[in-house]
Amino acid sequence: MANIDTKEQQSSTKTHIELRMRANPEYLCVARTVVRQVVRILGLKEDKCELVALAVEEALTNIIRHSYGGPCDKPIIMKLSKIDPYDENKPALEIAIRDFGRQVDPKSIKAGQLDELGLGGRGVHIIRSVMDEIQFSRADDCGMQLRMLKYIT
Amino acid sequence: MTDDHGHPQDVIKNVRRQGKAVVLELAGEIDMHHSMELRDKFMELLKNKPPVLVVSLAHVEFMDSSGVATLVGALKLCRRIGCQLKVTGLTERVRNVFEICRLESVFQLYDNEAEALS
Repeated sequence: MANIDTKEQQSSTKTHIELRMRANPEYLCVARTVVRQVVRILGLKEDKCELVALAVEEALTNIIRHSYGGPCDKPIIMKLSKIDPYDENKPALEIAIRDFGRQVDPKSIKAGQLDELGLGGRGVHIIRSVMDEIQFSRADDCGMQLRMLKYIT
Repeated sequence: MTDDHGHPQDVIKNVRRQGKAVVLELAGEIDMHHSMELRDKFMELLKNKPPVLVVSLAHVEFMDSSGVATLVGALKLCRRIGCQLKVTGLTERVRNVFEICRLESVFQLYDNEAEALS
């Protein structure tokens, strides 16, 4: 299993699920189902669970489309953790996603200006809208890492 | 949503004519995997240049930005050929996606099919 640097806080982060999947859109429904269930178990409110599943879906879709240039057999690794406490004694859900594809400058990954009739550019916008913190970084050897936090309030 | 065998449900539930309009009922979870199939269906339906295309999302349980982009593509094509695209039955989940993507004012939205066809 590849190492995901999640900048864990000392002994307060517990990983609950690790999922390794092929970069194939056929498995997006599996990832969504896992995320919905796990974030519910970790204490996220019902109405937020679906939005977090949507944000994860957008991250995975971006990896398949942009990092790997399309569906392929290469892996995507996702870790779902709970940081307790994270801020002001409140816990947070952490989702770390690692790919092994093309590396880009993290600063270049921006939510595009929303164009009403544009066909793309909404994925990062959705992720930023749903999650409380997000951070893209280059992985040590190849690929990118995405760390997303959602506060559990 | 899955079928009796646990496989993801087809997103194209039904296509029918209602007067001069074509009604396309979608269902299940529309993601990157299903977007191509849906795009092909729109192309097929719009080939005959119907005056109205009603897309029912009442049974759609999930839609991501790939699904949204497919709808936007269909809207652009409709505008080119003079077809009115009417979207009905947004569930709360899908409405959230439309809101985040600020698309509520881009599409003609209706609560239900009868309202869209009246």
